[in-house]
Amino acid sequence: MTMIFEPDFGTPASQHTDQVNLEIDGRLITVPAATSIMRAALEAGIDIPKLCSTDRLKAFGSCRLCVIEVDGRNGTPSSCTTPVAEGMKVSTQSERLDRIRKGVMELYLSDHPEHCATGDECEVHGVARKVGVTTSRYAGTDTHLGLEKDESNPYFTFDSTECIVCNRCVRACDEVQGTFALTIENRGFEARVSSSGTSFIDSECVSCGACVQACPTGALTEKTLLTIGSPTSSVITTCAYCGVGCSFKAEMRGDEVVRMVPLKAGGANEGHSCVKGRFAYGYATHTDRITKPMIRSAITEPWKEVSWGEAISFASDGLKRIQNESGVNAIGGISSSRCTNEEVFVVQKMVRAAFGNNNIDTCARVCHSPTGYGLGQTFGTSAGTQDFESVEHSDVIMLIGANPTSAHPVFASRMKSAIRKGAKLIVVDPRVIPLVRTPGVTASHHLQLMPGTNVAVINALAHVIATDGLIKRQFVEERCDAESFKEWEEFISLSENSPEALELSSHVPAAQIRAAAHLFASATNGSIYYGLGVTEHSQGSTMVMGIANLAMATGNIGRKGVGVNPLRGQNNVQGSCDMGSFPHELPGYRHISNPDTRKIFNDAWSVELQSTPGMRIPNMFDAALAGQYRGLYVQGEDIAQSDPNTSHVHAALRAMDMVIVQDLFLNETSKFAHVFLPGTSFLEKDGTFTNAERRINRVRPVMKSKTGKSEFEVTCDLATAMGYPMSYINGAEIMDEIAATTPTFAGVSFERLDELGSIQWPCNESNPQGTPTMHIDKFVRGEGRFMKTPYVPTDEKATRRFPLLLTTGRVLSQYNVGAQTRRTANNIWHSEDILDLHESDAQLRGVSDGSWVKLSSRVGETIMKARITDEVPAGVVYTTFHFPESGANVITTDYSDWATNCPEYKVTAVEISPSLQGPGEMIETHISGDAQLDSIIRMANQIAANVPVQSAPEIQIAHHLVQFWTPAMIDRLRNDVDHSLLSPLIVRAIEITSMAN
Amino acid sequence: MRIFIPGDSAAVSVGADEVASAFAELLPDIQIVRNGSRGALWLETLVEVELPTGRIAYGPVNLKDVQSLIDADFLHGGAHPLLLGKSDEIAWLASQDRVTFARVGIIDPLSLDDYRAHGGLIGLRKALVLEKISIIDEVAESGLRGRGGAGFPAGIKWRAVAQTISEEKYICCNADEGDSGTFADRMLIEGDPFTLIEGMTIAAIAVGATKGIVYIRSEYPYAISILQKAIDIARESDWLGARVLGTTNSFDIQIRVGAGSYVCGEETAMLESIEGKRGVVRSKPPLPAIEGLFGQPTVINNVLTLATVPMIMAQGAEAYKARGIGRSLGTQVFQLAGNIARGGIVECAFGISVDELVNTYGGGTLTGRPVRAVQIGGPLGAYFSTAQFDTSMDYESLIAAGGMLGHGGVVVFDDTVDLAVQAKFAMEFCAIESCGKCTPCRIGSTRGAETIDLIIKGVRIDENKKLLLDLCEVMTDGSLCAMGGLTPLPVKSAMINFPADFNGVRT
Repeated sequence: MTMIFEPDFGTPASQHTDQVNLEIDGRLITVPAATSIMRAALEAGIDIPKLCSTDRLKAFGSCRLCVIEVDGRNGTPSSCTTPVAEGMKVSTQSERLDRIRKGVMELYLSDHPEHCATGDECEVHGVARKVGVTTSRYAGTDTHLGLEKDESNPYFTFDSTECIVCNRCVRACDEVQGTFALTIENRGFEARVSSSGTSFIDSECVSCGACVQACPTGALTEKTLLTIGSPTSSVITTCAYCGVGCSFKAEMRGDEVVRMVPLKAGGANEGHSCVKGRFAYGYATHTDRITKPMIRSAITEPWKEVSWGEAISFASDGLKRIQNESGVNAIGGISSSRCTNEEVFVVQKMVRAAFGNNNIDTCARVCHSPTGYGLGQTFGTSAGTQDFESVEHSDVIMLIGANPTSAHPVFASRMKSAIRKGAKLIVVDPRVIPLVRTPGVTASHHLQLMPGTNVAVINALAHVIATDGLIKRQFVEERCDAESFKEWEEFISLSENSPEALELSSHVPAAQIRAAAHLFASATNGSIYYGLGVTEHSQGSTMVMGIANLAMATGNIGRKGVGVNPLRGQNNVQGSCDMGSFPHELPGYRHISNPDTRKIFNDAWSVELQSTPGMRIPNMFDAALAGQYRGLYVQGEDIAQSDPNTSHVHAALRAMDMVIVQDLFLNETSKFAHVFLPGTSFLEKDGTFTNAERRINRVRPVMKSKTGKSEFEVTCDLATAMGYPMSYINGAEIMDEIAATTPTFAGVSFERLDELGSIQWPCNESNPQGTPTMHIDKFVRGEGRFMKTPYVPTDEKATRRFPLLLTTGRVLSQYNVGAQTRRTANNIWHSEDILDLHESDAQLRGVSDGSWVKLSSRVGETIMKARITDEVPAGVVYTTFHFPESGANVITTDYSDWATNCPEYKVTAVEISPSLQGPGEMIETHISGDAQLDSIIRMANQIAANVPVQSAPEIQIAHHLVQFWTPAMIDRLRNDVDHSLLSPLIVRAIEITSMAN
Repeated sequence: MRIFIPGDSAAVSVGADEVASAFAELLPDIQIVRNGSRGALWLETLVEVELPTGRIAYGPVNLKDVQSLIDADFLHGGAHPLLLGKSDEIAWLASQDRVTFARVGIIDPLSLDDYRAHGGLIGLRKALVLEKISIIDEVAESGLRGRGGAGFPAGIKWRAVAQTISEEKYICCNADEGDSGTFADRMLIEGDPFTLIEGMTIAAIAVGATKGIVYIRSEYPYAISILQKAIDIARESDWLGARVLGTTNSFDIQIRVGAGSYVCGEETAMLESIEGKRGVVRSKPPLPAIEGLFGQPTVINNVLTLATVPMIMAQGAEAYKARGIGRSLGTQVFQLAGNIARGGIVECAFGISVDELVNTYGGGTLTGRPVRAVQIGGPLGAYFSTAQFDTSMDYESLIAAGGMLGHGGVVVFDDTVDLAVQAKFAMEFCAIESCGKCTPCRIGSTRGAETIDLIIKGVRIDENKKLLLDLCEVMTDGSLCAMGGLTPLPVKSAMINFPADFNGVRT
């Protein structure tokens, strides 16, 4: 293996299309207009010495090494800052230039250590050798060689003695990351890089690593480079944190990762990174890793390490026994959005083919399932419409229910860059997220709505656009379904959808909605980005459709700079959905009831697939409590921590007879497990992740599996033990099967990925390079469909007993349930979940900043530390769920999206009170009665209230039930429920399903 | 009857305020005008009495002279040892050719009536009825060059801004007058602020700008307050604002105060500072005329450049370019300072010799010792020896003589000066004031000072002189801006013109 070297052309590539001809050192060169002379020369293989320039940053012109001479011009301009011109004649070498370069290097060397800690990593000595200088003639009495190192950051050091004040770090922080944490202090000779007057750890620095990446010397260095030594090989792979899916070079020394360096050629990140991907990979080799299979006969027993064979037989025996006793549908599996497409594909194949049912679901259920439903209904496919780069072409960006600077930091940097260049931003969020106001960014509007009122706000925005004549009629007429548009326009124009009418619910002033609507409608290119603040609501799917309506009505689909863009939470949540992880869909979002699709898989797998949807995760829990669901295989998801209403989840898990957990670490769920199958980290995997822009990136193993097996191999072993033999030699073979069975992936193979770097699906014969922008000439479903989106307030309301609304989110340094990041030095930034509340709410309850508070909802209570802040409005409290001790999900209820059952994490009615002590036992409110029946009734009535269809709603409801519910659930609705508790529409829909039977 | 007692900072520094208060107390019925200084700083405090026959001057007046002046009936031009005669006939002033400074010291700086009565606003009114391009042609035709030091033709700069299409353009006036021995910008603003406002307004109309900014150093509190008052008056009288003098043109001016950095007088560092950033030099291209303040096309001119425009518009390019020599047309406002007997403002056509300025106007040194050196053009200007005193004071001749005109400051030294120490000071000044961006200036200046120090101490003189000259070349050719690029000028001129001071032998 060798080191992968990405050349540095000194200045960014020009975006001009005009070509310019010039002569450099007698060679004729043609480059795009506005290219720097430096880049033109370097691209042509003509070397020019440089220190302050790097092609991720704008030219700066400070080191003065890259000076050149131009015929007919005075002086010796720097080639990085001088653009090419037609007919220009440039010399990069002359005696005079040589003297300047040597003179400059002598100056550098007069204030630079003779031997640098990082050796060849320091470009100063390299350039000095190149220009022919080894020592400096200056006495150099005044130097900076005695300055102290700043070791405060856990991942990198700042050694000012090696610093040459080239500003690359400062510029990277400004231009690439957009945090503006670094600066130069003082003037002249005393000018030094500074994290704004304090240590790095106490500064605004977000540890994205851009400065370290940019530094040409050893001044900013990864600590691992100093402790492990220089890397000897590198492998390109993909980060396993959020849905941005950054490409990295894993730089290795033997079997050890020296550092993760963001790849400039990475389509998603173009050389940028965040603290998680760049530095927080140490969990992969953490001592907590379980590398041997374990079993136990009861969850009260201790674990016993066993061989792989014994663990697999124990698991398969248990599952088979359950199926014999309780039927084929009494077991199922949950796939992971953290695993590769190949691993997920194999898991859903095992469930469908080896388990013989469709009880496969995925953690996307609890995050972006409404995206799949909503975009599927309106556009025809379940995916964001753009690539990330698109945001740089937006004039107006609407950001709804997302906090990208914490959750999608690398994309946030792109967004901030677009805003600094002039794009306007509209933030829709209950909280004052950093993008409302941060250096270089001030949102034009912050629509600070109450949690749970998204649909009221999107309807009010659309109302203004419809009634103020702002609809892009031409787009709608050419591209959208006329009938649905007409009905939608009538609906949205109703006065009940006006900002004035909805102000009372949303708390957003009508005038602000009107101004924001006009701004968005005025954009040449208006784009919408959203996160879990949209989906994790009882009207999550409605809101996604409302967003799609708004984009269509304003003509913002089908080109660069526009679109509807879900910011996916996990690295492969897009992929796990694409791979058929939902109980009603086969890979490529094809409904299980479609006989043609089933035939493809029946033939490929030599099985007969069930034609009706299987259970969703909440259905599994409900069925478990009812004794009808007894065995579960969970891959890479800690449902006992991440799913809402923890007590309900725990009770369900406890009720099962065979819970198989495949994970890196023992976790909350494994406390209820009978079999623990050790998993592999992303550094050991061979496969692909698909990010939020549908980009399929290769995940390459940089070290051998710590468990001795690949994760898909273990799944195959279990399937085989269940009586359905499965095996693959590698990830490529699995991808070939995906491509062969799934039209949107038809053109994808590992070979092709190696060739192109990455591919955005659909990739097939008509789009052999993939599809950066979707719906260009027509929507996937043909015509875009407008859906009526009536605002139905959630049942989860502030009451006298629970007067506050809790909403949840994430911080930058931690990731999801924290299983990975909690096992890294990232804890230095965030070591516990904190409850944010407004000062007036705090005062009312006698809560002081930093004190313990008890947080209770109708399902449970927990204790956390309080932080008084004006980032949340009065009446709203906020916390994260990164730490199991805080038990944030003990509080959240099992209310969920009417269409997809995505939990309503973002709204929980709570009360808080001061607590004398810190966290102890979390109290879970006991569940009584028939939980399954209760939830079936609630889900059904929610569908009746929300179904967005204009005519014959009962037929549509019946259709929805058959499409998404298991037959057993429909049966219970028909037979076990007192119909007087149901909406009349549901009763009629049940009759229709009976007739269909 | 009015008496004039300058409110100019230089006059105030020698007691003008106290003199004015004393007169106000003793002559409560007499109107006292706090005018600008006429520029004969050696005569401050210059007290003038307005008589039907003209203004009569007394000076320099100290507090102790007030009573005796009243006793001598100075209000009617009475005889007194300090009587200088008619102000207009004081030879030192009368022999000058006041164009830019025509009104300074004569009018009440904040009286718009005074301003109009002395030819104010004629140029602007003329510009308002001209095609924009004709205004620029007129300025270009006049030969007016940048008075900040670079000497770039103003008309060409304006044309570039006018031709760059943008919704927003700016006029930035550089009043960050940081050169040692210079004070003309300050005196103009304190003495005739409306001229600057008028010049900026004409520039704005010519290039299509609507916003003007005066970047002025914090060390000029009085100038800042006068200029702010003048801007307020101009706004109230519908000169500045949405409808400039009743036309459809819109223009307004804001003042931005610097924070004590010399390099912020460099035009791109000034733009950074106005934008609220650290005062660090930008690379060019892009030129500020194309991408200047906040990335928009921007005219950046010195106070004197802009303040000369109204006269050019009023009297025509021909009248202006009739003055001067070669490509240095019009007048230059020279500032005599340092060890000089008669310091102050000398405005005259380009082409006057160093000797005339230093000896005829300046009257030699204040100490009475022989003149040994003059530094022309500020701290980055060259040191001239008396052997070069016949050099013509114009852009080209000074460059040919190894110097530069700069902002027109002339600082005189007597025979006690050690030019090696002065050379070291030039490097030290650069080390302190460098923005720290480019390597030659950032490290080179410190190394330069250290090396000169070794020469002064007699350490390896030849080797260190060679090293110093090599460094000068790197700084001249390699620096990003004029700060580092010109620092070698005083150093090398000192080495060449005063070689004896660099032989390691101290006297």
